[in-house]
Amino acid sequence: MSSKADKSSSDWATALRSEKGPDALKLDDGSRVAVIGCGPAGSFFSYFLLDMAERMGIDLRVDVFESRDFSRPAPLGCNMCGGIVSESLVQALAAEGVSLPPTVVQRGIDSYMLHMDVGSVSIETPVKEMRIGAVYRGSGPRGVEETDWMSFDGHLQGLVLKKGAKLKHGRVDEIALKGGKFQVKLKGGQPETYDLVAVAVGINSATLKLFEGMSLGYEPPRGTKTFIREYYLGREAVGKILGSSMHVFLLDIPRLEFAAIIPKGDYMTLCLLGQDIDNKLVESFMNSPEVERCLSPEWSSSEGACQCSPRISVKGARRPFADRLVFIGDCGVTRLYKDGIGAAYRTAKAAATTAVLQGVSAADFERHYWPVCRTIENDNAIGRLSFVATRQIQKRRFARRAVFRMTVAEQKEDGHRRRMSMVLWDMFTGSAPYREVFLRMMRPGFWGRLIWNIVVSLLSPGRATSKR
Amino acid sequence: MDSGALGKVYDDGEVIVKHGDVGDSMYVIQEGEVEVLVEEGGKEVRLRVLGEGEFLGEMAIFEREVRSATVRALGKARLLTVDRKNLLRRIHEDPSLAFRLLETMSRRIRGLTNEVVKLKGGK
Repeated sequence: MSSKADKSSSDWATALRSEKGPDALKLDDGSRVAVIGCGPAGSFFSYFLLDMAERMGIDLRVDVFESRDFSRPAPLGCNMCGGIVSESLVQALAAEGVSLPPTVVQRGIDSYMLHMDVGSVSIETPVKEMRIGAVYRGSGPRGVEETDWMSFDGHLQGLVLKKGAKLKHGRVDEIALKGGKFQVKLKGGQPETYDLVAVAVGINSATLKLFEGMSLGYEPPRGTKTFIREYYLGREAVGKILGSSMHVFLLDIPRLEFAAIIPKGDYMTLCLLGQDIDNKLVESFMNSPEVERCLSPEWSSSEGACQCSPRISVKGARRPFADRLVFIGDCGVTRLYKDGIGAAYRTAKAAATTAVLQGVSAADFERHYWPVCRTIENDNAIGRLSFVATRQIQKRRFARRAVFRMTVAEQKEDGHRRRMSMVLWDMFTGSAPYREVFLRMMRPGFWGRLIWNIVVSLLSPGRATSKR
Repeated sequence: MDSGALGKVYDDGEVIVKHGDVGDSMYVIQEGEVEVLVEEGGKEVRLRVLGEGEFLGEMAIFEREVRSATVRALGKARLLTVDRKNLLRRIHEDPSLAFRLLETMSRRIRGLTNEVVKLKGGK
């Protein structure tokens, strides 16, 4: 009975795939796939490629190339990122059967605290549930003492290896195109030929340079510098000071666009976005009264345990695909400022389903993978507009007061009437597309309340308060 | 509750989903077990027990009907809520996201078919 079902499923798969003819570039039994980079994009791609191939009855050989060892703390095992798994990604992964155990999630986040000079207000997740995960991409900051938890990237890599992929540890130092197929060479090894290569590296990776001069039409993404610093506080102090909230700061500090403090295990992670972030800007933020109000009285100024200034993509890659080649995650197209891991999942899965169900030619990727990238890019354009509006609020005290007043008043109301809270929640947590946030901002009810609060704020300037 | 545990913890016997309520979400069990119950002639009948990784309340994703059964925690259980709107948006972009849901529903139909066969055979 079961073999009959398998046979009919396999026949259907063959029928579906043979529509393109025998010369089409497609993956068959025994096809070899190289995945360069085993961060979230590489792991999601490998996982869903093998999952989909299994459903279709195709036996693939997948090699994942990764130079980092995720079991090691600090830069040797870290992919340098704020480490937030968004609410929408947590839900999608749960529906996919990919769970994030408490050993991987440093802290479940159920709310965020918005800090401005005019006051602080706590906004809870719509279902009052821990649905945002704060994770370490590697095994934690330099000098980490804890060993009872796992790296997020390491956890995903484990799932991929369990699915049947093989890990090739080391740096890829040569990529060549021979006879229409790509050859990948590990440093000190021999070149190996693959039917498909998926590139899932960061935007600064030297691997991207290996594709220069191949006339593929690929242009890497444009990036901007961010700043991440880890502070050791101890688990108890982290819980006491930050709770299970992500702390978001909207401050009128020149060159600073966005700042967040995230609780994680024994540490708190500081993430800053802005122009030319240097130590002076970091100190100016850390010494601001808003940060002091958030962290005191338990906090005493201390040096960070670990810090980095990774670049993030602000403009997606041009033509992130070619025959038998696809660029996914950060080196392809990602989401502006927020939910980079969520974008890695979306692009990786789109590329994997295209490769298994449609084929691996440039035309296949253009038709079935590129639309997902384009949707993200178009949404980023709306995101840029929304961040321009946020910057205007940051610069004007009456606007900050109006946003604060409106948000505080909404905490007593039902979920669907919390218009400003939901806009802020989705904007800062990356839980919904920027387009949806923008459309919500355009509703008459939103503007009616905002204008009323602006008028009141202009007429009655007040003192800073804190509403938890 | 572990500070890194995602979802919400329900105590033993706590109702997660109530028969007749309007639902707009489904749940994925992260830890523990739950029991699915229906009321028949004033008595509760246990339909099935679900464990880690399994879905419940998935019918609310696709139809706007009231909950068809009551679900209670069997011991301490941790569940993650998945919103209808979020899931449908994702499925629209990536229909393969619905594969596991379809597999679950298919398995349940197979189970129900077996039950019907048993009941009819018993007559």
